[in-house]
Amino acid sequence: MKLRIDHGRIIDPVNAIDRVGSVYIEGGKIVSVTDEPAGFMPDTVINAENQIVCPGFIDLSTRLRDMGHSRKATFKSEVIAAAAAGVTTLCLQPDTVPVIDTPAVVELIKELAEKAGYPKIYAVGGLTQKLEGAELSSMLSLKQAGCIAVGNANQPVKNLLILRRAMEYAASHDLLLMFRSNDFWLGNNGCAHEGAVATRYGLPSIPEAAETIALAQCLELAELTGCRVHFGQLSCKRSVIKIHQAKKYGLKVSADVAIHQLHLTENDMTPFDSAYHVLPPLRTEDDKQYLRQGLAGSTINSICSDHQPHDLDAKLGAFPETEPGMSSLETLLPLMLKLVAQHAITLEQGIACLSANPARVLRLNSGALTPGFSADICIFDPEREWQVNSESWKSQGVNTPFWGQTLKGRVTHTLQAGKIIHRL
Amino acid sequence: MTDSLQLNAEGKLKHFLTIEGLSKSLLTEILDTAESFAGMSEHQVKKVPLLRGKTIVNLFFENSTRTRTTFELAATRLSADVINMNIATSATSKGESLLDTIRNLESMFVDMFVVRHALSGAAHFIAQQTAPHISVINAGDGQHAHPTQAMLDMFTIRQIKRDFSTLRVAIIGDILHSRVARSEIQALNTLGAAEVRVIAPKTLLPAHVESLGVSVSHNLTEGLKDIDVVMMLRLQKERMSSALLPSESEYFKCFGLTEEKLKIAKPDAIVMHPGPINRGVEIDSKVADGPQSVILKQVSNGIAVRMAVMAMAMQKPGVA
Repeated sequence: MKLRIDHGRIIDPVNAIDRVGSVYIEGGKIVSVTDEPAGFMPDTVINAENQIVCPGFIDLSTRLRDMGHSRKATFKSEVIAAAAAGVTTLCLQPDTVPVIDTPAVVELIKELAEKAGYPKIYAVGGLTQKLEGAELSSMLSLKQAGCIAVGNANQPVKNLLILRRAMEYAASHDLLLMFRSNDFWLGNNGCAHEGAVATRYGLPSIPEAAETIALAQCLELAELTGCRVHFGQLSCKRSVIKIHQAKKYGLKVSADVAIHQLHLTENDMTPFDSAYHVLPPLRTEDDKQYLRQGLAGSTINSICSDHQPHDLDAKLGAFPETEPGMSSLETLLPLMLKLVAQHAITLEQGIACLSANPARVLRLNSGALTPGFSADICIFDPEREWQVNSESWKSQGVNTPFWGQTLKGRVTHTLQAGKIIHRL
Repeated sequence: MTDSLQLNAEGKLKHFLTIEGLSKSLLTEILDTAESFAGMSEHQVKKVPLLRGKTIVNLFFENSTRTRTTFELAATRLSADVINMNIATSATSKGESLLDTIRNLESMFVDMFVVRHALSGAAHFIAQQTAPHISVINAGDGQHAHPTQAMLDMFTIRQIKRDFSTLRVAIIGDILHSRVARSEIQALNTLGAAEVRVIAPKTLLPAHVESLGVSVSHNLTEGLKDIDVVMMLRLQKERMSSALLPSESEYFKCFGLTEEKLKIAKPDAIVMHPGPINRGVEIDSKVADGPQSVILKQVSNGIAVRMAVMAMAMQKPGVA
């Protein structure tokens, strides 16, 4: 099977390519970019005129639900959403039901992924059993079963001695820790940023310190244990400063930010609208600007969707009792392009934050259009406008604050290992 | 959303969920309407037929005696039929969702819900979800709002002090967890009070409290200077177990209102409390029962103010 993508503007940050040309694919792999291989006779040709051709997106934090939570979403529904979003590889957080803490659950996930026709789902193994923060999971077995990293999802490890040992053990097996900084006690079951808005609406609140203190502790333990750590979903200014300092100091750490944190703040929250209930909470304009600068200056190297589809019931109730999280795969590209339009980052940076950089975090041979790499490719029309509504939306979770809005930028084709998994 | 949700197309009250977003003239209209009802309680026949044939459900997801009773009395005096539901001991404890409870009651053709709930935003949620002909009155939601309490306090203040523009008001105690305080602050600022001051230790103040439009003091002796109205808040016992305060006695020593401390305020200052009071914790009995206390007046005014809000919210559009 040979495939050629013609006339597109090819952007590949790793190989420093930004020009109009063709991409040649054979046997699921990239054969050549711009230079035509001798005697290449394609079976399929995609015309990508006025479109951008770039590496497929790699999402560092996704929930696909199914198993015990099929009412929220299914692998089947969410991989269609992922493909429509240009995502070709994703990391499944371990807080599934049941939790990803045994090789059997990893096998189950592989099976669901195969059945859904979307093989590049990497499970993140639980750092502790049942994510309870009490006993270590069988990390080596999880790694051997295919887990790409370990983490405790949104569940805190309250006891620092257990966190230290978990990190030592992960380091012994050269496992990456994906860490969501969140001090259980300071978080105090809050549901909104501790600031003027939560004060006005009387919402239980979460101070920045709940994130920055947990982050600082984990940085100390990263140095002590030698564990590789990736900090997920930063939400505030002082977290960016701390990561910047740690990198300057020489620690091997990386960080990502969820796309909505780069656009929304506490002030955007319509009072008591549960679509805005996310964790970490939406913070201030100042935090948002620092997160954007952190991205521009590479302190934060990746953008993730932090996709969390929910059923309607989960979001129906008084704000504090609703479940946190947004369905956010399909808004990932348009919101990244909005950052570019607002001059927060360049287009090349935006694409790198969604492909090359997360690939580096995960040590994957992907995220680039390098000949020999799997042909994971996203083709999008940066000018195309579309409305977020029940006709355009693929995810089973409609819990997005962008519902009804018109966004700019749409994926037209997604290729995973040379196979077209999405065509608009 | 707050504005459009509780007001109809003509800018009249449809639901009463929060003071925020309501104009000075609307608050004044509530107070004036309440005044017309206030004399009624002393009449032989304490009823007007304004809401005859209407069904009002008191939906209390949290226990309350005083608020529920005054709402019930207010509704009965407007000739409405009242059903009291203590959900704290009812369906939701069997796992029924808030929305299911509402849907079930809706199908019994009720006209108004009076809602008290332990979570902020519950009344907003019910107002958004309920059938369009039903009005929702917030009788206290979590730490967010208790607008009828605020209005009955404004009513009491106006009875005694007349003009808000010269008033300095101190609110003392657990501002952090208090829906009463949030609504009082909004009402006082909307009605143009000269100053609203909150007095509490840092552990009982929310972040950026000054953004609510208040000045802040951590010292009762200093904070009471030049004050016309002293509003005490109830201190919940669990504040001690959650490490917000060391002990009741230390709290009383620092923030308890005694005769001696009250002397620091203006000589004609009034003392208010939304009840129920903790004697010897936030307020000394001598002050609570003393000549400057208007605490019981607040309670009786509660009926007139709640009648006013209910009558206004049930007015059909186009009817003056």
